[in-house]
Amino acid sequence: MMELERLRLPLTVTLSPLAERRSRQADEGLRGFLLKLMLALFLLFTPIQAFAVNPDEVLKDPALEQRARQISAQLRCMVCQNQSIDDSNAELAKDLRVLVRQRLTDGDTDKQVVDYVVSRYGEFVLLNPRLSGKTIILWSMPIGLLIAGIFALVIFVRSRPARRSSEVLSAEEKAKIDELLGN
Amino acid sequence: MIVEIGHFALVLALATAIIVSVLPLIGVHRRDASMMAVATTGSLVMFGLVALSFAALTWAYVVSDFSVKNVWENSHSLMPLIYKYSGVWGNHEGSMMLWLLILVFFSMLVAVFGRNIPETLKANVLAVQAWISLAFLLFILLTSNPFLRLDPAPAEGQDLNPILQDFGLAIHPPLLYLGYVGFSVCFSFAVAALMEGRIDAAWARWVRPWTLAAWTFLTAGIAMGSYWAYYELGWGGWWFWDPVENASFMPWLAGTALLHSALVMEKREALKIWTVLLAIMTFSLSLLGTFLVRSGVLTSVHAFATDPSRGIFILCILAIFIGGAFMLFAWRAPTLKAGGLFAPISREGSLVLNNLILTVSTATVLTGTLYPLVLETLTGEKISVGAPFFNMTFGLLMLPLLIAVPLGPMLAWKRADLYGALQRLWVFAGLALLLGLLLWYMQNGGPVLAIFGLAIGCWGMLGAIADLWYRGNFGKLPVMTSLRRLKGLPRSAWGTAFAHFGLGVTVVGIVAASAFSTEHVVEMKQGQTADAGGYSLTFDGFREAVGPNYTEERGHFTVRSGGAVVSDVWSSKRLYTARRMPTTEAGILTFGLSQLYVSLGDPMDGGGIVVRIWWKPMILCIWGGCLIMMVGGFVSLSDRRLRVGAPSRKAKPVKTVMEPAE
Repeated sequence: MMELERLRLPLTVTLSPLAERRSRQADEGLRGFLLKLMLALFLLFTPIQAFAVNPDEVLKDPALEQRARQISAQLRCMVCQNQSIDDSNAELAKDLRVLVRQRLTDGDTDKQVVDYVVSRYGEFVLLNPRLSGKTIILWSMPIGLLIAGIFALVIFVRSRPARRSSEVLSAEEKAKIDELLGN
Repeated sequence: MIVEIGHFALVLALATAIIVSVLPLIGVHRRDASMMAVATTGSLVMFGLVALSFAALTWAYVVSDFSVKNVWENSHSLMPLIYKYSGVWGNHEGSMMLWLLILVFFSMLVAVFGRNIPETLKANVLAVQAWISLAFLLFILLTSNPFLRLDPAPAEGQDLNPILQDFGLAIHPPLLYLGYVGFSVCFSFAVAALMEGRIDAAWARWVRPWTLAAWTFLTAGIAMGSYWAYYELGWGGWWFWDPVENASFMPWLAGTALLHSALVMEKREALKIWTVLLAIMTFSLSLLGTFLVRSGVLTSVHAFATDPSRGIFILCILAIFIGGAFMLFAWRAPTLKAGGLFAPISREGSLVLNNLILTVSTATVLTGTLYPLVLETLTGEKISVGAPFFNMTFGLLMLPLLIAVPLGPMLAWKRADLYGALQRLWVFAGLALLLGLLLWYMQNGGPVLAIFGLAIGCWGMLGAIADLWYRGNFGKLPVMTSLRRLKGLPRSAWGTAFAHFGLGVTVVGIVAASAFSTEHVVEMKQGQTADAGGYSLTFDGFREAVGPNYTEERGHFTVRSGGAVVSDVWSSKRLYTARRMPTTEAGILTFGLSQLYVSLGDPMDGGGIVVRIWWKPMILCIWGGCLIMMVGGFVSLSDRRLRVGAPSRKAKPVKTVMEPAE
């Protein structure tokens, strides 16, 4: 009996987070899927490139290095024209790359690293601007225009002269045809 | 002396432009044929004069006449001859001359080939073209004159920017300008039609070849530019969402929309007002692109503020032409009669969807490009909008479009059966998914989503084949009969199939290169070996070399596969003597559609050098697809129906439809 009790305890402990995650997944199914889709799309279309990462900067842990690369691709090299710190071989970009890796090895999450860099250099450093009062127009433009366009189309279609009634046969006309055809 | 003749020819061209801007309009007003005819002659004369002027500038470059300021700033006597030719447009003044030359070239083409266009419309179109020429002639002569002299003349020039000393410069700008200046003809047609207040299917038929030609060249120009950036900049990227790239991409997106809406207008006389608006918008975006690139406003708002004369001038041109055209549009568009009706599910409906998505994408790119600029000007706050933003928004917008492309040609005009179209296509959709899976498997896996990306690309390719399959009625008729039917298809149908197929190929290339590229950054000493993409590269050491105007260090790599030597590649770092500017020349090896890209980095303390090796699977599909799209454009352009005048119902050959069942 005692043996069994002891066995059950860790079993429930290991089971519960999994069960919890399952139920959460069901709740956030669609949203989670959309988020994942967006992230995947984003990764898909982001060429994995690095002109400037030098061998001595690369972290030993490949997972950590991968995260560093993803963060770097989103941070602007402040002294370059439209280049991320991942692409640039400028001195400042190198410093930032090292800084990002430093914070990651110290155990920061991705968000903490980005927040830290933004607190030092301002929003300008983000190649993907955050949603805020000043970027609301930027972010809402694609979806807003799409909706507006669909809306305009619907109104346009509705406002056009209705199809001539002759295209659809009335019951009377149908009866007459049936009569003529001898049905 | 020759330089002065060039300068003088440009002034004469200005005078001619003034005449062509005014006289034909009066002629149209008075129904005076001889005054209208001035438009044709004047456009020819203008082209002759600008060409003469351009030739004079080219001559100054070729003989390295450093007494001309523009030549001194951008050339060097030791530069290879081809770069002396292409260097003419490798700078602000010269590139504006090329812009102008191509503009008057198109006017000349309209004058010569527009014989079947009604006299009044032709006169109006050429007059509008002359207004644009006039504006740019003034711009060149007043703010960007390439013929200014230096006294005393320097003995040696300052050399051309090394990045531009490449074969890419010889063809990229002319192609690009043939594209986006070509849209000026569509703009002129739209404005002329609005002035006349009459637009019909015949108008669409006259405009479509110009749209097609411009679109085809722009496609080629952008693809060429992308490949150039890829091999020249040395980090293997092929599209950066740089504002300069966006400037050429926006007219392409709008032009693609125009191409499709003009089709609806030509066939069904619907979407008239929208097509006219698109024609105006497309060239407006070309003008905007010219402003963005040429005013220096992109480098920084402050750089623009310190020398604003050029920027303000183009901004005025922009305001006058775009503002004027839109005002004319607002005034005249309501008087245009609505065209044919169609159900939402129909060929027209699918083309409307195409236009909706392309227009929203254009607006998205436009907003993203201008937003930081506008925000900084208005509030002083600085933000960046870079590749991550565009990849996400543009990518999401393109997804439904790419899925819908194969469906469009399957739908009938007026009212279509979507279910029937899907039924005919599901086999091809299944095949596309299988192909996607196969390609993914051949790349040894990778992100699972890549399967869908690849499948969407294959779907585009197979959709184009399905279109031809059903048009030929393969499977139902004997093969020979079907082939004969294919042969009898109008060229424009072939053009569509090619273009859509090419789009699919490009998508496959983009997905594969993004998802499966591998990168290896290593420090290498002589004799060391690194592995990349299934090949092993051995660094054999450096060799010094001297070029005509540079010195270089060339690294040699031997490439082995499974122990056997398959190839070798040179990758080098150059130093251009005149400007003391270093560049990297990547070594690129092509295996089928994939490439091995080797680029040299900085030397390390221990005597080694940083070497970056990328394996880019199927990357050539990106540009290959564009080439196929281009072929589609030319095939469609060769359709005889575009060369004959207005559509006439009885001229349509019905033979192909009446094939005996045998």
